Amino acid sequence: MLAMTLEQPTWLHHWPAGLKMAVMAAAMVAFLPVTEPVVIGALVAATAALYASLGTPALRRGLRLLRPLLLVLAVIMAWHLIIGAPRQGAVICLRILGLVALANLVTLTTRLDDMTAVLERLLSPFRRLGLNTAAVSLALALVIRCVPVLTQKGNALMEAWRARSPRRTGFQIAVPLVLVALDDADHLAEALRARGGVARPD
Amino acid sequence: MERSLTMVALFAALIAVLGLFPSFMLFTGVPISAQSFGVMLCGAVLGARKGALAVLLFLLLVALGLPLLAGGRGGLGAFVGPTSGFLYGFPVAAFVTGWIAQNWRGVSLTISAAAGALIGGVGVLYAFGAAGMMLVIGLSLPEAVAALAAFIPGDIIKAVIAGVVTGAIYRARPGFVLTR
Repeated sequence: MLAMTLEQPTWLHHWPAGLKMAVMAAAMVAFLPVTEPVVIGALVAATAALYASLGTPALRRGLRLLRPLLLVLAVIMAWHLIIGAPRQGAVICLRILGLVALANLVTLTTRLDDMTAVLERLLSPFRRLGLNTAAVSLALALVIRCVPVLTQKGNALMEAWRARSPRRTGFQIAVPLVLVALDDADHLAEALRARGGVARPD
Repeated sequence: MERSLTMVALFAALIAVLGLFPSFMLFTGVPISAQSFGVMLCGAVLGARKGALAVLLFLLLVALGLPLLAGGRGGLGAFVGPTSGFLYGFPVAAFVTGWIAQNWRGVSLTISAAAGALIGGVGVLYAFGAAGMMLVIGLSLPEAVAALAAFIPGDIIKAVIAGVVTGAIYRARPGFVLTR
């Protein structure tokens, strides 16, 4: 299953994931107390410049990721125009835009492996408290493996429904789909047990 | 142990798959996604603790950069946007749904699961969603509630369907449903 990382490498791809997340968090904090539209506009422009410095594919993908947000922002801006607070509306919209763009930047430039490595590092102190990190890794891998499989079976169920009914598929496929998921979970558990079970924490 | 892990993983995958189906358009004219339906099912079938774990696992993958949210969205941006409150509410919603489903024994699972889905999957979830909107957009509580009001009837229907689906699953696979 494809992650959202941009395939074309940029200079930001080479930065360590942990560092990117820390810098992003700090930059996001910088956005929060701003109340002047000019200042926040400058911050958003700086973020846009950052995207641009990564190249056209990154800029285009970044804009595409922000597209679902635009409708919401338009509604928010319209609301603030109606209640007569256009400056506040502009600040709010620009802030949301900037924060989401910054967060997306980390996701765009960090590979899944690097993100899971950060996760492992974050979780390792909890191993002493009894957290089974091997189980967490296994669970993550299982979900990634199972989403395409379940999607395929869900599509098969929808096709079977469409072959027999002129109506659109509704929640009626929920029951067979969940049963498929339960049966898959059962088989996978047997396969795990056959391989010696889930590794216990050391 | 193995079965718990695979059930949690499969239900996390289920939330993703349900989000990938196109949203339904109800008579209200507002699209409702099936993703919170998956959250309700996690609680109703797996119970409070494992249901919440499944949802947390799902959110973890979204944070790691997988496009598992409805509409193919995902990544860290989803956790800071205007609707991010709902994401933070998902695990709590699953927990409350499961807690009600497994503890209200006097009635059939269909009814207690539906009740759990209504209180947890709609009530608690929208509380978090509204709080998120208040924080990110700067709305007041009545304004946030007014903005979300159009979506609530569709989600109430979703919660009732979640109860019915849970009951049907219990009849088909009684050993798998952890809330009974």
